[in-house]
Amino acid sequence: MKVLVPVKRVVDYNVKIRVKADGTGVDLANVKMSMNPFDEIAVEEAVRLKEAGKANEVVAVSIGPAQAQETLRTALAMGADRAILITVDGPIEPLSVAKLLKGVVADENPNLVILGKQAIDDDANQTGQMLSALLGWSQATFASELDLGDTTAKVTREVDGGLQAIEVTLPAIVTADLRLNEPRYASLPNIMKAKKKPLETRTPDDFGVTVSPRLRVIRVEEPAGRTAGIKVAGVTDLIEKLKAEAGVI
Amino acid sequence: MAILLFAEHDNQSLSDQTAKALSAASLIGGDIDILIAGKNAGSVADAAAKLSGVRNVILAEGDTLEHRLAEPTAALIVNLSGDYDTILAPATTTGKNVLPRVAALLDVMQVSDVIEVVSPDTFKRPIYAGNAIETVQTTDATRILTIRTTSFAAATGDNAPAPIKTIDAGSDGTGLSTFLENILSKNDRPELGSAKIIVSGGRALGSAERFQEVMTPVADKLGAAIGASRAAVDAGYASNDLQVGQTGKVVAPDLYIACGISGAIQHLAGMKDSKIIVAINTDEDAPIFQVADYGIVGDLFDILPELERQL
Repeated sequence: MKVLVPVKRVVDYNVKIRVKADGTGVDLANVKMSMNPFDEIAVEEAVRLKEAGKANEVVAVSIGPAQAQETLRTALAMGADRAILITVDGPIEPLSVAKLLKGVVADENPNLVILGKQAIDDDANQTGQMLSALLGWSQATFASELDLGDTTAKVTREVDGGLQAIEVTLPAIVTADLRLNEPRYASLPNIMKAKKKPLETRTPDDFGVTVSPRLRVIRVEEPAGRTAGIKVAGVTDLIEKLKAEAGVI
Repeated sequence: MAILLFAEHDNQSLSDQTAKALSAASLIGGDIDILIAGKNAGSVADAAAKLSGVRNVILAEGDTLEHRLAEPTAALIVNLSGDYDTILAPATTTGKNVLPRVAALLDVMQVSDVIEVVSPDTFKRPIYAGNAIETVQTTDATRILTIRTTSFAAATGDNAPAPIKTIDAGSDGTGLSTFLENILSKNDRPELGSAKIIVSGGRALGSAERFQEVMTPVADKLGAAIGASRAAVDAGYASNDLQVGQTGKVVAPDLYIACGISGAIQHLAGMKDSKIIVAINTDEDAPIFQVADYGIVGDLFDILPELERQL
């Protein structure tokens, strides 16, 4: 079974982002970039499937600038077998990404696509569901457990009231939630080996997909801030303040 | 044209997240229909019909819709989409699961997590875990939106009932997924999403037992819901559905008491719209104090029992 794992290059989750003064976006100059954390979980899950003998090939794909090669090398160092980069400069929306991935699926014929449930830059939480729709496949989003069989997969999903178990018919789309696994750190020998693994470069034209955005970004601004309040001496003081000043209890 | 609101419910009662998303729909303007997809969900349809500003309630019932699996539910909405120029849902795990599928089938780019309606085609939404707010204008003929319900007040629910139209559930999108079971957390507390008071615990609680022991009495006294930070959930002190944060639940109660939570960016994104925030932490430099209205520097194992006694 072949598993396809799309990965996105995003601002590292530890970076405190800054909004540009002219309101056109977020300042990405000289900011540390990494693989989207949810995508790391997706890669880890795919590699574990291979290690368990349930998958025989893991293909990582990224859509983004030339530097997204580094993100793909990370996936290869974690254990993916080969990688595909579709080069796109500038922002790209989930709908376009899903259309490009549909093209990759047509070429590669995977039985399973595992994606992160959302990217931590645009926080859209759409790509997996959209890809599933375009392919007419089954979908299991927000997975915290994946039990892969030959023709079906049992997936436990994180939902608002707790957990939900569903069974999906393969081929299927699974999106990874936080607790699906804990991604490994790539070892130095594996990082060296990853440099020699195949990485193919394509363009949106190869798939006949136009990537022009549908949403016009009018403005990006800082959120309304909260100002720090006061420190109170103890519980008695706190209860007094909550009753008299804030009126919330 | 008209707006279709995909309702959140559990086949027995209508979630108030639907009433909140309805307020967002009213701000967009136009005739609003509410879709109830479910099974034996007549009482939900009755409740939806009484919400203010509803033109029709559309009730589609069937086995495949009982748990609103993504494939048949999206197919149902797509079949109805010709009559609507806006389709929206509260940004619950169901809404997030179903609506992007609808959007792709209609070749539309969805706007996720709307926090403000600027005009009928322009919306504000948080990006980068709420560290920036983006204003976007859609250029698609149909607008597909998920609504962050903490940003909108609930529409009133005691009006003269709108007509309920029953439609066929259809069979499109069936056979791809099967529901197995729900493993839902059982408790008598208010739901996190609608609670007036939330007592939330972090890694400092140290274990699942102590989380229970120390948090429960205070929450009981206040009639509060219990929340947790990602660190506490990852450590196994609390179940996943209690997680407050950008990747968990986004809440905005009247009072949020953060106990032993340092205040990571992703946690703040989930609770910083609360009316009053109280922070209890041993580290006086913890980032949580920068957003707290009232802070107590001290050991939560002393302070929480004391709080419980004095309340």
